[in-house]
Amino acid sequence: MIAIVDYGMGNVASVTTAFKRLGYDVILTDKKDELAKASHIILPGVGSFQAAVEEIEERGLKETLKHLANEKPFLGICLGMQLLFTEGYEGGTSLGLDLIPGTVEKIKTPYILPHIGWNSLDIKENDRSFQSFQGEHVYFVHSFEARTEERYLVATAEYGTEVPAIVKNGNVYGIQFHPEKSGEIGVEILKTFLREETK
Amino acid sequence: MIVKRVIPCLDVKEGKVVKGTNFVGLRELGDPVEMASAYSKHGADEIIFLDISATNEGRQTMVDIVRETAENVFVPFTVGGGVRTIDDVTRLLKAGADKVGMNSAAVANPTLITESSARFGAQCIVVAIDAKKFADGWHVMTHGGSKDTGIDAIRWAKEAEQKGAGEILLTSVDTDGVKDGFDLELTQAVVDAVRIPVIASGGCGSPEHFPEVFKATDVSAALAASIFHENTFTIEEVKQSCKDQGVDIREARLL
Repeated sequence: MIAIVDYGMGNVASVTTAFKRLGYDVILTDKKDELAKASHIILPGVGSFQAAVEEIEERGLKETLKHLANEKPFLGICLGMQLLFTEGYEGGTSLGLDLIPGTVEKIKTPYILPHIGWNSLDIKENDRSFQSFQGEHVYFVHSFEARTEERYLVATAEYGTEVPAIVKNGNVYGIQFHPEKSGEIGVEILKTFLREETK
Repeated sequence: MIVKRVIPCLDVKEGKVVKGTNFVGLRELGDPVEMASAYSKHGADEIIFLDISATNEGRQTMVDIVRETAENVFVPFTVGGGVRTIDDVTRLLKAGADKVGMNSAAVANPTLITESSARFGAQCIVVAIDAKKFADGWHVMTHGGSKDTGIDAIRWAKEAEQKGAGEILLTSVDTDGVKDGFDLELTQAVVDAVRIPVIASGGCGSPEHFPEVFKATDVSAALAASIFHENTFTIEEVKQSCKDQGVDIREARLL
């Protein structure tokens, strides 16, 4: 059973559908006991960092999520990926889940923002799991990006700067783009995450 | 590197895809979800639904179509047409639309952009602008391109951006339906005026018109409706034409 954290931030229907399509049982929940029973935790989200942190705190989920990330495969998608970091500056300064050291800041690029559209992935050479996605296009929609150490980067996308696209720290994964909106490639990327964690 | 987007548009009336927005000779083409799904399999980078239903039942049907599309289509999709209030925006996003387009209502009430953007984020708010050339520049047209508001289209594009639009869907009333290519001059003028992505629309009559607008302007995406209907041309043909002209596009991989 895969649990998708339902904390009122954006459209989770497509993320739910994507996992169901892969044949998994999916539960959409903000209940601690249900999250505790799940095999995988997915933290989706669209919107602003600060609003998301407030929603998580209001539901008393911050410590729960940090704790779950120590025990189970954990995947943050889009804003959910940004929440994995230490601190974010969208809508004011607020503290994230601090599962990966780093900050979330406005993308520093000469190009237009939001970064909307299909961009190609540049997979880091030392990563073994995601190599087959080198050069593949995936769908991004965001104006803020993670700033973190090189060692947490699995993939980046070129947008006048190297935008972190996939990050990883142990069993905690983050995907900045929308795998659920990235056609067949997106589905394959989710499969890769699920495979990683059932080894 | 980010690529240019090829976007098919489906005009939906009372739950069916129709060809042409004129009331005379309107022809049903098929089921919106099936057609959107087929387009995405053929490499559409995004889908836009334009709801031209005249009735409340039709608009309610659109919400069901959005819900079904979200379950069956794995590329982003936008829904526009008849969006008047923040409740309309909420309903469509909740049903699973990735973005919502607003046109006449945003002109009449620009705070609709501000409120929707503040609540849901700029990334899902598309402001559609229908523009027509006059002696003193381009004017914003409303009501399906028939009513001249007298508002300068370039200024309106800038204002829409300031109010929180995440994208501009720009239709040239002058080239729309002419099938002789996109309005390059208008497109570049709007692209130069804003710092958000612009989607060019109106005038596409053959696959070559896509690379033409992508090379002649800095537009992020281009949209066409009729050339994709009834398989006159496929998305693959458009993308091949882009590739032949050295335009970077996404090659959809079927797994």
